[in-house]
Amino acid sequence: MNARVGAVRQRLAVVVPPVVLGVVLLVAWEQWVVQNDIEPYLMPKPSAIREQAELLDEVIRRSAWITGGNAVIGLALGIAIGVGMALVASRLRFFRDMVTPVSAALNAVPLIAITPILNNAIGGTSQVGRRLVVALVVFFPIFVNTLRGLSQVDPTQAELMRSYAASAGAISRKVRVPNALPHFFTGFKVAASGAVISAVVAEYFGGPQGGLGYFIASNAAQSRTPQAWSFVLAACAMGLAFFVLAVVLERLAMPWRAKRSAAT
Amino acid sequence: MSDLTETDPQPGGPPTAPAAAGDGASAATAPDPPAAVSVRGVTKVFNAGRTNEVRALDDVSLTIAPGELVSLIGPSGCGKSTLLRVVADLTDATSGAVAVNGKSAHQARLDQDYGMAFQQAGLFEWRTVARNVELPLELLGVRKGERAQRAREMLELVKLGEFAQHHPWELSGGMQQRVAIARALAARPGLLLMDEPFGALDEMTREHMQAELLRIRRELGTTVVFVTHSIPEAVFLADRVVVMSPRPGRITEVVPVALGDRTDDTREDPAFFARITDVREALRGIHRSERAGGPAVSETPGSGPAGAAW
Repeated sequence: MNARVGAVRQRLAVVVPPVVLGVVLLVAWEQWVVQNDIEPYLMPKPSAIREQAELLDEVIRRSAWITGGNAVIGLALGIAIGVGMALVASRLRFFRDMVTPVSAALNAVPLIAITPILNNAIGGTSQVGRRLVVALVVFFPIFVNTLRGLSQVDPTQAELMRSYAASAGAISRKVRVPNALPHFFTGFKVAASGAVISAVVAEYFGGPQGGLGYFIASNAAQSRTPQAWSFVLAACAMGLAFFVLAVVLERLAMPWRAKRSAAT
Repeated sequence: MSDLTETDPQPGGPPTAPAAAGDGASAATAPDPPAAVSVRGVTKVFNAGRTNEVRALDDVSLTIAPGELVSLIGPSGCGKSTLLRVVADLTDATSGAVAVNGKSAHQARLDQDYGMAFQQAGLFEWRTVARNVELPLELLGVRKGERAQRAREMLELVKLGEFAQHHPWELSGGMQQRVAIARALAARPGLLLMDEPFGALDEMTREHMQAELLRIRRELGTTVVFVTHSIPEAVFLADRVVVMSPRPGRITEVVPVALGDRTDDTREDPAFFARITDVREALRGIHRSERAGGPAVSETPGSGPAGAAW
């Protein structure tokens, strides 16, 4: 009984401070706009944004599906390529030496620079360009982290597997892959938020209409600032949802870690 | 020097130990079982031909009879771990011959003829204690039910039966090392190769683990090669203590221990201290010849007191 009370108290100690901070910031924002009589097209009040979000509820939902769909497909593609290449690179030295600098260079390409070009190349009516942009953003953190995890094997465990005359495949399955999981999820958490951001931003530069990014850009262009903010709010919620999903998957994939952190 | 390296197991050693292979007289009359470990004229050179060339092992010969427990001791760089790794086929000898159970070291590794324990337990955090012990059996293709059964037996043997479903981080360092020993024994190898397995443990745990190792070995009759840099540990555990010297790595002396069955009282036995003194002097002998500039050891002066801890 006492232990449960303690656990609840511990939970509250985690949840309450950020909620309090968030509420304080919102109230301060609202008061600042009201006190200084700032025009809504410059900076709307949080209450006005909320009002718009309720009015536009249906549009927001529909556009979130479009943007979220692009983010999910791009994320899946980026993960597949990143993990696949990390698996090969961890086995083949020359492939690693060849691919690592190139992927670092790709990562340095600015998202804003590549998006309009991809949209043009693929055609203005297709979502494919945006999904490729997301995949490009996702690929790098996944590839780098997974490769690190696959390559870092504890020396004692490596000797042990050698003493068992274990095959390369068995070493991969039983040591390298489980060893890489925490690293992969570090990359995944970065990539999940990055996927939403890039899916939104990719809609700023032409292509089919209807996503969150499209509505943010078009409303902002028409100085419909509260409406633009309501779509931003939805994009924030989606980014957070993706991150939480990544954390949940991490716990499901590595129950021993969850158990461990709960114990300490 | 070579006469020292060919010492047969001493009387009072393990009850199961027959005369070591290589004893010409008995070999002529009865076909002895092959030596558990046979090392003949093994040399190991690292970075051969380069300026940083190191002779880690120089013409080392050693025969270990089935059931024997032999400690390898010597200062850092004397090649004791390299010798163990050569026996385990984790590294190749530059020249010389190594046989385990009468097979090549390579074949013995493929057949999992030996189990190995290191200074780090090296347990896999994503596996429960029981599944850590099952690992070598998985690699041998043993069926699931039998693996679980064997893991249970091995954990009972190291007295960790109730921790089977725990994860490694829930165990103390000594307990983790016991799991590592259970894992090394899971495939029932006749030979256990141990590389300073208790080196990271505190003194009390360490003495307890030594007694446990001797109990396990009595129960299973396993041959053990035990690398350590602790003189009391080497003497307490072993039937013979093989003393090595560095640069180049050589066996300088083999000290027979012959203390019979070890108990906690053994640690206070004058005979135990006498053997400790023997080993310590054997280790110091290295330094005497260094100081005298003896012909046997061509050691650069001022290379530091490699074994000053003794």
